[in-house]
Amino acid sequence: MTAFFQNLGLPYDGAWLLSTVIGILLIALPLMLAVAMIIYADRKIWAAMALRRGPNVVGPFGLLQSFADGAKVFLQETIIPSAANRTLFIIAPIITFTIALMAWAVIPFQVGVVLANINVGLLYILAVSSLGVYGIVLAGWASNSKYPFYSAIRASAQMISYEVSIGFILITVVLWAGSFNLSTIVESQKGYYGFLNGHGFNPLLFPMAIMFLISAMAETARAPFDLTEAESELVAGYQTEYSSMSFALYWLGEYANVLLMCALNAILFWGGYLPPFDWAPLYYVPGILWLFAKILFFFFVFSWVKATVPRYRYDQLMRLGWKIFLPTSLLFVFLVSGFLMLTRYGG
Amino acid sequence: MSLGYYIKSFTLWEFVKAHWLTLKYFFKPKATINYPYEKNPISPRFRGEHVLRRYPNGEERCIACKLCEAICPAQAITIEAQPREDGSRRTTRYDIDMTKCIYCGFCQEACPVDAVVEGPNFEFATETREELIYDKAKLLENGDKWERAIAANLAADAPYR
Repeated sequence: MTAFFQNLGLPYDGAWLLSTVIGILLIALPLMLAVAMIIYADRKIWAAMALRRGPNVVGPFGLLQSFADGAKVFLQETIIPSAANRTLFIIAPIITFTIALMAWAVIPFQVGVVLANINVGLLYILAVSSLGVYGIVLAGWASNSKYPFYSAIRASAQMISYEVSIGFILITVVLWAGSFNLSTIVESQKGYYGFLNGHGFNPLLFPMAIMFLISAMAETARAPFDLTEAESELVAGYQTEYSSMSFALYWLGEYANVLLMCALNAILFWGGYLPPFDWAPLYYVPGILWLFAKILFFFFVFSWVKATVPRYRYDQLMRLGWKIFLPTSLLFVFLVSGFLMLTRYGG
Repeated sequence: MSLGYYIKSFTLWEFVKAHWLTLKYFFKPKATINYPYEKNPISPRFRGEHVLRRYPNGEERCIACKLCEAICPAQAITIEAQPREDGSRRTTRYDIDMTKCIYCGFCQEACPVDAVVEGPNFEFATETREELIYDKAKLLENGDKWERAIAANLAADAPYR
């Protein structure tokens, strides 16, 4: 796109800036729309599994429910508690929201269609998702109220514990793909057994795929791990003191993160923009559609789990993270690297 | 801590089973009805909004015996009575405070002439409290509106009383 603007007579720097800004808008705006629809989908799936109907009044089948909620929230007054730390209180949701959008920069949507095709894309995602906890911790601290504070402490401990095992899980993928670049990782998944695309079909990486899915739920504080907003104990968790747009930003950021984790599941283990089978006619379908289909499938799994599994107790959450996921993922790092030593890199 | 336990726990067997169950529920018909458009059937004995009924010739049934006022556990009914010009005993005032009423149905059981009846209507929400203090005119109007349904319900329930 940079070349296109250069042909229009812009200098290189200007053309680069313009094309990057357009790229950002092309990702961020549809993402916001997708988040609105995905919130609706989440409620519908959850309702269906509980034999309820879910939102069905606003627009056809209730499709406009999220927009109605958004409009309502937008018209409300932003209440800042008098005891809160004003600056941090306002900055915290902005951080959460911004960081949820930032990680999308390195997601490859199709062959060559990626905003920032950097070589350490996976490291960038790890770094950004670690920063995500700041929005929550700052909110908990700046609210100057006990429930958000407890929630922030829980959130930070939870995210740190699961990021450790996520790190090891990612290492197994990186070892197999031989690269940190997400596009290269996707390409490396071509042709398992000659007809399957995806590291998930590799028996050594399949357990990692499942563990990554579960860790992703913990990382985004989704259903069985949503101790940060356990309403029976913590009212609404770190969002307790928030209202209006600042509340909506948390909502949007949370679901953008969930979508990001679904996308990462698809990209790291199930072939990203590649079709599931390595069969020529399937490549005529644009890769972005395959990626979206996979993201939606994983989102369905996320909602499905949310509708099925009751919330963990906090000690169970920590036990799962440190005493099961960490040793298992470490074991698989050894297994994968050992296997690669023996086969790919010669005994 | 047998081998089976470890196989079950590492294959997440319980989770798989639970998710299979919820997936089956996902495709089941909904248990919730689409309320304003669909309504559940209600029993002929349903105790909803009160009405004061009339005889087919238009004469009001209530004879101001005040049994309903006496039995009302919430003391929601207020009655004042006086002989009419033709000498018959009638109410001059018959108020039910619907905010006090507990819908126990004692008034309709006490009534010797089936005048005060709790009808099948349960959708009488109002925007102010004052609208829920029903006077005689409102109750008679309700009676005219719901007479057919109430007569059918009373007939259906009569064999069991």
